[in-house]
Amino acid sequence: MIFRIENALQTTRRGFLKGGAGLALAVMTPTLALAEAGGPGHAGSAMVDGEFSPNAFLRIGTDGTVTVVSKHLEMGQGIYTGLATLVAEELDADWSRVKVEGAPADARRYSNLFWKAQGTGGSTAIANSFEQMRRAGATARAMLVSAAAAQWKVPASQITVKNCVVSHAASGRKAGFGELAEAAARQPVPANVKLKDPKQFNLIGRSAPRVDSVAKTTGRATFTQDVKLPGMLVAVVAHPPRFGGRVKSVDDKAARAVKGVSDVVVIPNGVAVLATDYWTAKKGRDALKIEWDESQAYRGSSDAIVASYRERAKTPGLNARNDGNAEAALAKAGKVYEAEYVFPYLAHASMEPLNCVMKFENGQCEVWNGEQLHTADQFAIAKAFGIEPDRVTVNMVYAGGSFGRRANPQSDYLLETAQIVKAIKGRAPVKLVWSREDDMRGGFYRPIYLHRVRAALDAKGMPVAWQQRIVGQSIIAGSPFEPVLVKDGIDVTSVEGAATLPYAIPNLNVDLHTTNADVKVPVQWWRSVGSTHTAYATELFLDDLAMAAGKDPVAYRMALLKKHPRHAGVLKLAAEKAGWNKPLAPAADGAKRGRGVAVHESFNSFVAEVVEVTVQKDGSFKVDRVVCAVDCGIVVNPDVVKAQMEGGIGYALAAALTGSITLKDGLVEQSNFNDYPVLRINEMPKVEVHIVKSAAAPTGVGEPGVPPLAPALASALRAATGKTIHTLPIGEQLQA
Amino acid sequence: MATINLNGRDVAVDLPDDTPLLWALRDGLNMTGTKFGCGIAMCGACTVHVDGQATRSCVTPLSAVKGKKITTVEAVGEAKVGAAVQAAWQKLDVVQCGYCQSGQIMSATALLASNPKPTDADIDAAMSGNVCRCATYVRIRAAIHEAAKSLA
Repeated sequence: MIFRIENALQTTRRGFLKGGAGLALAVMTPTLALAEAGGPGHAGSAMVDGEFSPNAFLRIGTDGTVTVVSKHLEMGQGIYTGLATLVAEELDADWSRVKVEGAPADARRYSNLFWKAQGTGGSTAIANSFEQMRRAGATARAMLVSAAAAQWKVPASQITVKNCVVSHAASGRKAGFGELAEAAARQPVPANVKLKDPKQFNLIGRSAPRVDSVAKTTGRATFTQDVKLPGMLVAVVAHPPRFGGRVKSVDDKAARAVKGVSDVVVIPNGVAVLATDYWTAKKGRDALKIEWDESQAYRGSSDAIVASYRERAKTPGLNARNDGNAEAALAKAGKVYEAEYVFPYLAHASMEPLNCVMKFENGQCEVWNGEQLHTADQFAIAKAFGIEPDRVTVNMVYAGGSFGRRANPQSDYLLETAQIVKAIKGRAPVKLVWSREDDMRGGFYRPIYLHRVRAALDAKGMPVAWQQRIVGQSIIAGSPFEPVLVKDGIDVTSVEGAATLPYAIPNLNVDLHTTNADVKVPVQWWRSVGSTHTAYATELFLDDLAMAAGKDPVAYRMALLKKHPRHAGVLKLAAEKAGWNKPLAPAADGAKRGRGVAVHESFNSFVAEVVEVTVQKDGSFKVDRVVCAVDCGIVVNPDVVKAQMEGGIGYALAAALTGSITLKDGLVEQSNFNDYPVLRINEMPKVEVHIVKSAAAPTGVGEPGVPPLAPALASALRAATGKTIHTLPIGEQLQA
Repeated sequence: MATINLNGRDVAVDLPDDTPLLWALRDGLNMTGTKFGCGIAMCGACTVHVDGQATRSCVTPLSAVKGKKITTVEAVGEAKVGAAVQAAWQKLDVVQCGYCQSGQIMSATALLASNPKPTDADIDAAMSGNVCRCATYVRIRAAIHEAAKSLA
């Protein structure tokens, strides 16, 4: 997501105000954020509930415990550990004394600085917080030091801090953070603090252990699914079988007869059954007899969608990039190389099916959620209840994965919960629980895309023209983000990775057909967004060209990346570490082996992957090894970066091998892990991750490991078999 | 009303006998360490031990576990093997989102209890019923070997 949510939210806010709620909403400016966070000029009230609270991001208890408040959602990417590392580094805290808790929704204090609204996505969490969190830690450190200097009557400049202990060497005096907490809270908050020189880093770059490991290995971590409130009811919803369907009539007699079912309510997108527990609510739902109004329902099929996209690809779309004159250069060329690539709908299929806990009492709403788009969701829920956003409290708990799904631009499952709470007039807190089937059939997929790419080579075999046409649904159209992310009809997320192709090609054109007028399947960003398909089409096609030119795919890319040293850097490193210049060791049993490579930039991080495969006679294959090189600027936690590359590779491999949601006559054909297979341990390759040393500003790692895997894998399979995979997933195409 | 032996104690659950053990634990007893992932024994997030065997609690009705000893992630660390598995998981920072890890740890503990020195093939056979969408598999494998080493 190359993103400016700020403007999108302002649009939402205007829409909201126009709606007549008449609320006064604080404007989210950095100045206000500073004041709220106890910035310059703030003094004398930094002790809150018995803890030293110099700013919104940390508290130090009189027992010496350091609590870091994470403004970002922990969904597996390690951000609690990363943000705490930044604070603890500048605070000179003892890592074992550091705890992390999730921030509530509060855009004044907890905005994503790249979005000016609170939320987690687009691999921005470390990048936007790098200085802010360090400053938070350094501010607290400075106040602890001034408190000690005042108490000991020594110059602050002679005081040192290490592992939560403040010391004055000359007098031999020492005090822990806990002992100094109250005195530090009485110090003025310094307007300016000096941050460490990177050479002084003790924690940044050193793989501090994850702060959530113990809770998550002992069953004690709290996910939305684990929240239980007094008197809470569990809601299970019968959704229409086709997108756009509505309830015509419902016979709920049998459902209400199930012991423990308390309510059956019709909501805009189905019928909710409420009970004291999930199993009872599910029994109630199974007993419903619903007649659906399908007059507005979408009845498309995946095959027909792809066929229509193929037709659309015959005519030019809207220009997303235009260098030189690609059509003229192609017309002049002796030989035009051409390929088509087709990508299916993909479900996110996080381990924790979607859910949300909500209560409404005395004009106040409180939410518990693996919350990814705090501000947008807070506004949407406020609008649903007709209250002001600051009367919506959002408690952020751990998310059991998301891969983008919990950042729904329409707040879909949160609004569904709100509708149920409203339907029972707030009588009880409600936990909405989607089954795996609800989650998989609930839409908001990575869209189907079709790419048609044509190119021509010069006399030396280098590309002289490249025309890439993309056809698919816009993720952003119709969402609150449309005004800023759709420019001149181009949804930037549909073309990112293609319109930003780094290779030196003089005549380069990328155009786009957006199909939202015809295809009514709800779609959404999915880990690495546009790069999930653009990296495959661009990298595999470039591989075609290298092959046509009779050149080594690494050398061919290097020659085209002279102006892109960071692409070239990871490509070179991955190739070296994979032993690219040596032949691949043959399989002992005579099976075919192959090796492929791809490089791609996403979210300002650069990743290259070399994939090695072994293919049996019957076409079945195993991915043996993936060698990955990543350049994400300054590395806060190398082990977390490594984990994100390992995980991104596994997530991408699952999609490449078997990931596919298909529609037939508007019905989703998959339902659960039996018919939407995901990667299992026996299919996981060996993964080696190499990190480029860099002093550049830190960028994200949650998504960038995903894009290069599928094209590198397809290239490796082609090297082994001579067959090119044009349609994902690979499935059993090589067995044919 | 059913009585089950959970983590060494007899406890009463006020839910019908056909309720899956998973929901009896989670909604009936507020033992939320055991997770709901798929409901059809395809993902392993709900794995518990029934008389020491790794069992998918989402398809195991309460009626099937009467008189049997049930262990969940909340108590698995009280025995030597479970404690070693948890320690290895923490040492190698296996977890990402963490939602599947209770089930992974229960399956890994059952494996090591019956096979103290598993090969990679043994690990594949015992662990391929446990899905991790964060794909922490490289580390799960390493952590099982690590736990085996620490127990040797």
